[in-house]
Amino acid sequence: METLFFLIVAAIAVICSLMVVTNKNPINSALSLIMTFFCLATLYVMLEAPFMAAIQVIVYAGAIMVLIVFVIMLLNIKSEAGRRTSHALFMGISVGLLLLVQTWYLLVKSSLSSVRGTVDSAMISKVGHTELIGKSLFTDFLLPFEITSILLLVAIVGAVVLSKKKL
Amino acid sequence: MAGAYLPIILLLAIAVCFGLGSLVFSSLIGQKKLSAVKLQPYECGCEPVGSAQERFSIKFYLIAMLFILFDIECVFLYPWAVLFKRLGVFGIMEMGAFMLILFVGYIYIWKKGALEWE
Repeated sequence: METLFFLIVAAIAVICSLMVVTNKNPINSALSLIMTFFCLATLYVMLEAPFMAAIQVIVYAGAIMVLIVFVIMLLNIKSEAGRRTSHALFMGISVGLLLLVQTWYLLVKSSLSSVRGTVDSAMISKVGHTELIGKSLFTDFLLPFEITSILLLVAIVGAVVLSKKKL
Repeated sequence: MAGAYLPIILLLAIAVCFGLGSLVFSSLIGQKKLSAVKLQPYECGCEPVGSAQERFSIKFYLIAMLFILFDIECVFLYPWAVLFKRLGVFGIMEMGAFMLILFVGYIYIWKKGALEWE
């Protein structure tokens, strides 16, 4: 049952990702990308990470997609749509094959060894996924959390400086 | 496990059924008296002028950027709200420091007039 559900969601994700690349109209590509993000959120739920799924929907399918659609609106898509670059297919396939070979080499030739973490399925179902993330975020990783606010502040200032004509 | 997600699945199912149902039923039982005016793109009662695919102002992009940044701020509030009682006063202080730094950014964009639509 769970395998069947996974296969359906994975198939929709792959089909939507293909539609992102093959659609001529950038807005249609953006809409397919939203569907892909929702499929990824479903996969996060199946991996017992509901908080990640919620973030995937809130940040990616919500905020980032608004930004992507606005970028499409900013560019003059009438002149760009339908135009094809000459070596796009060749370059795409060769880069894809290169990545595939790299991944295969890494998986076959190298020994991936690491220490197993303490968080497993039993612990997640007992404590809760959001609680686990929150507890490590607000106790062990307090400094990185506070630094995130400075990173966001820099991003706010950067956005205003770059896009405002007269400050 | 699956039972906890039943409300979300139901919500998605109702949303999809409502959207598809509105389209299918209106095309099945609605009247079709088409005219040139009716087939125009609907634009809030105004006469549509020009193409929809023009360049939009950079002002939209700035608003979208600021939306993402404050959206990410909100994301950090969810696990904090879940753990609010367990973290106690310390939790309020660390989230206060986080919010204070971002409030400086909010004051900055306000004073620079980035929220105004000139």
